[in-house]
Amino acid sequence: MSDTVILELQNVTKSFHGNTIINDLSVSLKAGTVHALMGGNGAGKSTLMKGLFGVFSYDSGTILLEGKPVSFEGPRDALMHGIAMVQQELNQATQRTVMENIWMGRYPKSGPFISTKKMVEDTNRLMEKLGINVDPKATLADLPPSQRQMVEIARAVSYDARVVVFDEPTSSLSDTEVEKLFEIIRTLKANGCGIFYISHKMSEILQISDEISVLRDGNLVATRPASEMDEATIIQMMVGREIGDVYPSGKAEIGDTLLKVNHLSTMYTQINDVSFELKKGEILGLAGLSGSGRTSVLEALFGLSTRSSGEIILNGKPVQNNSPREAKNNGFILVTEERLKNGIFRNQDLIVNTTIANLDAYKKGGALLSSSEMVEDTQKVIDMLKVKASSIEAPIANLSGGNQQKLIIGRWLLCKPTVYLLDEPTRGIDVAAKSEVYRLINELAGRGHSVIISSSETPELLGICSRILVMSAGRLAGEADASTATQKEIMELATKYL
Amino acid sequence: MEKKKTINIKKLLSDNSIYVFLVLAILVIEIIEPSFLSISSIVNIISLTAASLPMALGIAGTIILTGTDLSAGRMVGLTACVSAALLQSTDYIGKLFAGIPTMPIFVALIAALLIGAIFGCLNGFFVAKFSIHPFIVTLSTQLVMYGILLMFLMIGNNNGQTLSGLAPEYMQFVSGSILSIGGTPIPNYVWFAVIITVIMWVIWNKTAFGKNMFAIGSNAESARVAGVRVTGTIIGVFILAGILYGYTGFIEAARIGSNSASTGLNYELDAIAACVIGGVSFVGGTGKIKGVVTGVLLLRIIFVGLMYIGVDSNFQYIIKGAIILTACIIDMKKYRVRK
Repeated sequence: MSDTVILELQNVTKSFHGNTIINDLSVSLKAGTVHALMGGNGAGKSTLMKGLFGVFSYDSGTILLEGKPVSFEGPRDALMHGIAMVQQELNQATQRTVMENIWMGRYPKSGPFISTKKMVEDTNRLMEKLGINVDPKATLADLPPSQRQMVEIARAVSYDARVVVFDEPTSSLSDTEVEKLFEIIRTLKANGCGIFYISHKMSEILQISDEISVLRDGNLVATRPASEMDEATIIQMMVGREIGDVYPSGKAEIGDTLLKVNHLSTMYTQINDVSFELKKGEILGLAGLSGSGRTSVLEALFGLSTRSSGEIILNGKPVQNNSPREAKNNGFILVTEERLKNGIFRNQDLIVNTTIANLDAYKKGGALLSSSEMVEDTQKVIDMLKVKASSIEAPIANLSGGNQQKLIIGRWLLCKPTVYLLDEPTRGIDVAAKSEVYRLINELAGRGHSVIISSSETPELLGICSRILVMSAGRLAGEADASTATQKEIMELATKYL
Repeated sequence: MEKKKTINIKKLLSDNSIYVFLVLAILVIEIIEPSFLSISSIVNIISLTAASLPMALGIAGTIILTGTDLSAGRMVGLTACVSAALLQSTDYIGKLFAGIPTMPIFVALIAALLIGAIFGCLNGFFVAKFSIHPFIVTLSTQLVMYGILLMFLMIGNNNGQTLSGLAPEYMQFVSGSILSIGGTPIPNYVWFAVIITVIMWVIWNKTAFGKNMFAIGSNAESARVAGVRVTGTIIGVFILAGILYGYTGFIEAARIGSNSASTGLNYELDAIAACVIGGVSFVGGTGKIKGVVTGVLLLRIIFVGLMYIGVDSNFQYIIKGAIILTACIIDMKKYRVRK
């Protein structure tokens, strides 16, 4: 670990619409180190980094790169200065190939023309160096989110950057892929790179970082060596108070069978002969590596993935669920994994985003909707789930990821469903918010509702579920009792059919 | 403190750029030609706005769905000719349906609305069911409609000729006036347009259909997951647009008085321009009725104003093009700052 400061942010401030998001913040990054940024949703981590990367400029403050003040006109300018960023929300040209995405804007040429051959070679060399196994000519849209994430990481690394920012790089990665990412980060460190690392996953932060800065409401709480920190200290610094156990205690009473899934297979994804039961008041976990079919199972139940065979029996009666609408009317809801792609309506206000699935409830007699009831329910969701929002008439894009997620969960709560399908419900949200989501799920179960949670974070499943189903390569590899199972057992099941 | 205030004024101006534009346009024309703001010319501009507004409201819905509609003008042409043919005076020599008596006005109106709805449904069906971009779908259907229109004009002894000699009751119903201001009569279709605008505002803002339309335009995948009837809503938006084109055809026929295969030609381009100027963005999911109304009005003021101050008619096109682009640049800036 060196002591050369490679980058320094001095007294930077940024506000949007009169809301101060980061306030007079200073951090410095040493060469060859990983500097973790932690904080709750909306604490200002992503904003701080986007300002550095030139996505927008700070209202005031200085960026010192190797001692010299710099300012970037845009991401391209930042990249030219050796600053790269792996953004939280993937901004990729999904209809183009892996290699085109990596070399976009600086394609290898021979003469005036782009050399495809050289591009393939360069990509292969880069991927080999990073130990990533992706076909350079594959179309991004055909790859699972985790592989797309790795491509994004490869792209950032390919700029030979001196400073690399990782904004929640692991939210769609499985444990083995995270390990691979860490190897890449260690290589970068050894080459003298400075790395900013944003994540909500405590264990990762403590494992990979050298220094940790904790942010709260746009202010820097403290910067300390990682060796002096532990999980409890960080959480306390983040929320400004102590929070008790992350997972709620007391499991709900489990009742009769509510849902029976028999021999479920899908037409276009690889789900093969999956059968299970879900009881009233039960929280059922769905574990598995990325690509194991966790998401597909939920999508098949919700009518998003086409079933080729199998039946869904709710309360003893078979239901079809051929479309999300039908599934919703049968009392199912699905919180999807990719919030931006199929969760939120970016440019619509909070009212639309909250009430869209429940519009029938606001019809007054005829076809007209009651605006006041819609506003009332939106406010109710915001209060109940403690969503941080300045105005319910502002677009949802202004909220931080975690607050968007809460609002989507709230959207579905309004529908009063009986079967909750949650796909990575805590992806990209902070510990305090996670803990609230867990408590909420537990409360739902307590009221006799049934929940299926798919998650890549095994500890989370062990913490809140009663039973965990483990998927492996599209098949059900086995079942574990959450109160006795270990992470190792689940990992073994997850690799059963690989 | 002082600095903050100027920024706010700047933001206020850029957020309301279209109104600033509107006022500027009126001022410039008024300074060059002071008689511009006379009652008769104001009523004229309002009438022209009312004539093209319903169509723009229809197209606006398709733009909100990130689509467009190139068949609107042809649909106006077809429905105008059908309305005209059904409502030609019996004593007119060149009557297309020579054998039959003049229909009641509402029969022609319903025929026009129905034709609009059917073709709108067809457009929506191909867009929603086969996920073809509306640009392609409507590019194709407008050809089909034009063919049908040409064949329609060949019925009887008409031989493709212009349809005129409309029944006086029909002309009276559309262009007659129940209210005059300062001696200038306000045509009835202005009041119809006001009613339609109110209905459209309610549909957009107060119904599940309207909310779903904005949601689908914003993110169709999210809408599907939220249990919104995506296919049905898309088809519905195109049917509604078709009905509005049908209505426009019915009005145009009487307003113009003589209708041919070229009636309605390129109307959709002005309507799309008006929508975009009024802030109905091709990005999808954004747009307000207020914006469409202002967009149509602004475009009309500019068109009429240029004529009024005697700009060379060839040169007018260049100015129109430049103004549409400028208005959009100013409007887009508003979104860019927000990001």
